[in-house]
Amino acid sequence: MAAVGSVLDLIGNTPLVEVSQLSPNPDVRILVKLEGQNPGGSIKDRIALSMVEEAEKEGVLSPAATLLEPTSGNTGIGLALVCRVKGYHLKVVLPSNVSLERRQALQLWGAEITESPGREGSNGAVRMAERFHAEHPEWVFLHQYANPANPKAHYEGTGPEIWRDCPEVTHLVAGLGTSGTLLGVGRFLRERNPRTQVWAVEPPAGEMVDGLRSLDDGYIPPIFSDLGGAELLDRKTIVAPRTSVEWTRRLASVGIFAGISSGAAMAGAAKCAESIDSGVIVVICADGGWKYLSTGVWTDDIDVVAERARRTIYF
Amino acid sequence: MSVEVRLPTVLRPRAGGQTIVQANGATIGEVLADLVRSYPAMAGQLLTDEGSLHRFVNVYVNDDDVRYLEQLETKVADGDTVSILPAVAGG
Repeated sequence: MAAVGSVLDLIGNTPLVEVSQLSPNPDVRILVKLEGQNPGGSIKDRIALSMVEEAEKEGVLSPAATLLEPTSGNTGIGLALVCRVKGYHLKVVLPSNVSLERRQALQLWGAEITESPGREGSNGAVRMAERFHAEHPEWVFLHQYANPANPKAHYEGTGPEIWRDCPEVTHLVAGLGTSGTLLGVGRFLRERNPRTQVWAVEPPAGEMVDGLRSLDDGYIPPIFSDLGGAELLDRKTIVAPRTSVEWTRRLASVGIFAGISSGAAMAGAAKCAESIDSGVIVVICADGGWKYLSTGVWTDDIDVVAERARRTIYF
Repeated sequence: MSVEVRLPTVLRPRAGGQTIVQANGATIGEVLADLVRSYPAMAGQLLTDEGSLHRFVNVYVNDDDVRYLEQLETKVADGDTVSILPAVAGG
């Protein structure tokens, strides 16, 4: 690999690795796309760069501008990296119950953190950021949940990379957070092969996030509604924290050091593999394991870890 | 068919604080209707006036979101677990 001019040039082009030894069905191959290989440590580097560069193109980002973003961590970390390199100031609204490493990674690139109540999860962070933006319209609010540059990063980057490396893919399995990954990659692969199946995996977040006052506090990302998410997905399944941790450990047993949401996605892929005769599943591993070491995922008793994961936001 | 229904925190006060309740029906639509019969305070929380699922309510049969199965027509079998969860953001 040739030398590059900026760390931002290292975003994307992540490796795809076969982990079929973990497949419960011998006729179904499983490959994982390791997004933890991005310089900021997660898939969100892609959308951070894409949203910032889109805003620069549109002329809404003046030099030394201040950006505002609600995030459970990874998008904030990606934005913090991009902002540090490009000279912008970043304020993030972060739920209080994310891992210690997520907070530290934000701080190391100079992001300013405001905490939102952990019991309200990402929904609470979104609401708080919307309030801040109403008070400070001069802050640039990229709003990952509503920004088309989010799925676009995956339609133009992640999707084509998968197609280049594994055109035999039959199923895509990825976590559902902002829905940007599934929308962008899913649409790209579906356009190449209309039979491609798109499976979404999510944590039972409503159980962990118990600070919602009513069901009207629910949240559906505007990009999901605007870009036909419901028509794109073939299946959406929840994976319990304990199962997510078990699969995170199984990934480690074949040498893949990935975060807890990757374990959840692998559990979804295993369920998918059991339900089909044959196929090739590509699973998105959104981040690496580094940011979860303090939660004892690989080392502590499984019951203790599962209970801890239940109270932590890892998507 | 008798199924176990897991309620989200926000709905528990409407079911006397219970986390898990029993309900009957052959489809998700019937199970939700039975739930409202047993706990009238849930009326309007799960279904819209037009009878479709409330926008911010996700209903799962054995962990699969019924919106991507047969919606309210999704069949349930004895012993299935139905979970109701609010729509939540990630990222």
